[in-house]
Amino acid sequence: MSNLVFDGAKGHDHDHDHAHDHHDAGEMKIYGFWIYLMTDCILFASIFAIYAVLVNNVAGGPSGHDIFELPYVLGETACLLLSSITYGFAMLAMHKGNKSGVLGWLFVTFLFGLGFIGMEVNEFHLLISEGYGPNRSGFLSAFFTLVGTHGLHVTSGLIWMAILMYQVSKNGLTSTNQTRLSMLSLFWHFLDVVWICVFTVVYLMGTI
Amino acid sequence: MFGKLSLDAIPFHEPIVMITIAMIAIGGAAVLGLITYFKKWTYLWTEWLTSVDHKKIGVMYIIIAMVMLLRGFADAIMMRSQLALATEGSPGYLPPEHYDQIFTAHGVIMIIFMAMPFFTGLMNIVLPLQIGARDVAFPFLNSLSLYLLISGVVLVNVSLGVGEFARTGWVAYPPLSELGYSPGVGVDYYIWALQLSGLGTTLTGVNFLVTVLKMRTPGMKLMDMPIFTWTCTWANVLIVASFPILTGTLAFLTLDRYLDFHIFTNELGGNPMMYVNLFWAWGHPEVYILILPAFGVFSEVISTFTGKRLFGHHSMIYASGAISVLGFMVWLHHFFTMGSGASVNAFFGLATMLISIPTGVKLFNWLFTIYQGRLRFTAPVCWTLGFMITFSIGGMTGVLLAIPGADFVLHNSLFVIAHFHNVIIGGAVFGYIAGFAFWFPKAFGFKLNEKWGKAAFWFWISGFYVAFMPLYALGFMGMTRRLNTTDNPDWTPYLHVAFWGAALILIGIACQLIQIYVSIRDREQNRDLTGDPWNGHTLEWSTSSPPPFYNFAELPKAEEIDAFYAAKRDGEAYKVPAKYSDIHMPNNTATGLVMGALLTVFGFAMIWHIFWLAAASLIGTIVYFVIHASRDDQGYMVPAAEVARIEGEQHKILASVRNAQANSPVNKLEQA
Amino acid sequence: MANSHHSHDDSSHGSFKSYMVGFVLSIILTAIPFGLVMFPTLSKVATLWIVLIFAVVQVLVHLVYFLHLDRSAAQRNNVITFAFASLVILLLVGLSVWIMFSIHTVMMAK
Repeated sequence: MSNLVFDGAKGHDHDHDHAHDHHDAGEMKIYGFWIYLMTDCILFASIFAIYAVLVNNVAGGPSGHDIFELPYVLGETACLLLSSITYGFAMLAMHKGNKSGVLGWLFVTFLFGLGFIGMEVNEFHLLISEGYGPNRSGFLSAFFTLVGTHGLHVTSGLIWMAILMYQVSKNGLTSTNQTRLSMLSLFWHFLDVVWICVFTVVYLMGTI
Repeated sequence: MFGKLSLDAIPFHEPIVMITIAMIAIGGAAVLGLITYFKKWTYLWTEWLTSVDHKKIGVMYIIIAMVMLLRGFADAIMMRSQLALATEGSPGYLPPEHYDQIFTAHGVIMIIFMAMPFFTGLMNIVLPLQIGARDVAFPFLNSLSLYLLISGVVLVNVSLGVGEFARTGWVAYPPLSELGYSPGVGVDYYIWALQLSGLGTTLTGVNFLVTVLKMRTPGMKLMDMPIFTWTCTWANVLIVASFPILTGTLAFLTLDRYLDFHIFTNELGGNPMMYVNLFWAWGHPEVYILILPAFGVFSEVISTFTGKRLFGHHSMIYASGAISVLGFMVWLHHFFTMGSGASVNAFFGLATMLISIPTGVKLFNWLFTIYQGRLRFTAPVCWTLGFMITFSIGGMTGVLLAIPGADFVLHNSLFVIAHFHNVIIGGAVFGYIAGFAFWFPKAFGFKLNEKWGKAAFWFWISGFYVAFMPLYALGFMGMTRRLNTTDNPDWTPYLHVAFWGAALILIGIACQLIQIYVSIRDREQNRDLTGDPWNGHTLEWSTSSPPPFYNFAELPKAEEIDAFYAAKRDGEAYKVPAKYSDIHMPNNTATGLVMGALLTVFGFAMIWHIFWLAAASLIGTIVYFVIHASRDDQGYMVPAAEVARIEGEQHKILASVRNAQANSPVNKLEQA
Repeated sequence: MANSHHSHDDSSHGSFKSYMVGFVLSIILTAIPFGLVMFPTLSKVATLWIVLIFAVVQVLVHLVYFLHLDRSAAQRNNVITFAFASLVILLLVGLSVWIMFSIHTVMMAK
């Protein structure tokens, strides 16, 4: 991605200026990505609002109480939380310049994330095969939209992670790759934050 | 293989549409032919289409806005003529199914494809210059945003000839917009055009927020930034906060239509009213996004042409901020009648009325700026004065509508139509036209013809009043919006008058087109040689017209409000630096264009249910982007010697202007 | 282009200890709500409040220990941006829920 930075750094020699450029450009990209993440939070907020309004519209079909299995959800939560930690370890390795450490921890993160998605796809599949798919009621539409959108974000993150792992293994921990790893880190942690809200509002509150 | 698409999609049986398509095809072919004849394809590709220069991107946005103004206005003329003809039982010439698409397209085009690109274009050209930056934070993203807008424009215009457009009004409420009542492709065109262009807008919001926060020239504090930059910044804050809501809402409608979800349906537990709620939670901030940059234009124009500094710089910033934040607490006033009870209605009615206070602060600041100044009556000033009167009236009718009891009588009547056109035309449109005239010399190096500019203004403002004041009366008389025929004889004379108002605006638009032609023809006589044709206050006027592609050879010093005014005052303007440095610039790229093209195919494929093509084009978009990103283009360096050469040329021109002034009896700088 | 010099960090990053603290806190703040709902011990209202409060706290734990938000000057832009987004979210969800439930009551509709 073409980048540029104008920090008005006059009087530095050209090489240092150039290194400065990349560093500041990376910082700008990370901040820009943070703002984008905020827009994503607001998107999720609108889905939560939909869920709050439609949660009781079961249209004669099942309610959350009937279909949620908390031990299973706890398993999904564990996968995601562990993946957050392992990504954190990947970032620690990155700051130490440890390329194989980064790749290793990213791989573990990827596996945990894949586990989460696998469990979620399985949950959706079971529900749909029982006739409790999103077209059954407003409640189920909202459920599938909320949990499904989160799942799509996690899947996108996994694809991004795979591409970054390839880039890091090919080119090393360049400043561009470090910036991108930082952005994915923000993304990944935010998905865990959203999941806290999902399991609370959807699964726990749906079972109380 | 082709989903729902077949040759039946082309409306051969509708002569008006077929003639329009033919004219567009001929016009388009003529343009392509001219480009080929003058051998300009390479120039177009390298200088414009693959450019990541904010100044070029801004110009392209404004060209699109003006073309779409013509299309949206054609819709308006059709509506006004239909209503003038179809009185007292006669059917007019537009059948309802056609008329419904016209008013829907009119709203979508004017708001999303005329006003939004117009402000985005001005912001693109001006904002980086005003903060002393060389470009925006993410130049590639800027190009991508432009092409996402173009995707939306293409889809909306293709809908005319292939299929149909939505017939739901620009708000597309369910259940009318659900599959049951809109089984055709019209609503899908609406959805995908808005989703794609909305994504572009969101990215622009992010881009310019980071630009303002991280790329100001050293020394420029946030509170010192020019007011146009500040109002655009507040608008960008609103964009990043509100557009995700639109993305979500349209996505939910898409799920209902494509995958049989029940989020907004009537059956099986959906809630159509939630769409209305979420749509306006976006829709209200959207209209503030439209108006705030226009307010910024007026601040710049008034202060420049009175020769005084803007009164109340800080209070302008706070007032704009208050308008933005309050703008998030008022959206229910678009649906007082949906049944939410007295407490809810009272809260939102009150909050709505409160917004008139910071708006009033701004108006008084402009008046105090003019007071005891020497106002030069240039075209931008005419638009500004016209705005002050017109917008105030529109604002007052808004406060009237903010009273829930009154709104129960006037909701969905022509009174509402008159109100919002009053503020959008008197506010946003007048503002963007003023901005266009004000910054045209900066972008192109020569001034617009003043005579035709003022003629355009007088036709626009008289046309506005003649077209819309009758609508206020008709609203009180009980005429609702979106009617295509009427049968109340009391209404007929007003509808006739309103038509002539539209005709006056048509002449105004013609004046604008003539103005552009005449200005280009006479450009040598109206050259802006110094870059500062109006004796401006802010940093964009310190560059040449047009600026060099890198904007500033040396990042300017900015230690107070109105940095260029300060520099001229202190004798620091146009200083030749001791030495020049290499400048880091981004490379051009075709990626934005390619991604935009692929996403247009994606949108079209989704609309027509050609799902294999949709998947392929979406995957293609992502793959192309990943390849672009992995190239990790770091731009290139402009050698100091090249910078010195370009700067040297401009300094020669400045010196010759100064010599000419020294030898002439008239002070050229004060000339309007 | 290999860049091996350690970035002079404007964006703070964690340490092993901070990640572990965040991890352990998150486990506790997850286990207790799940436990209270799966094995109902308290009243429904009390359970609901605990579940909600623990969720808010865990979100803050994630923000501080995983996303490194703090009161430093380097993080100020991020914190302000997040605070503003939170305000928007509160207004959007809060006012929407108020509106829709009011309609539900007044109109005896969905």
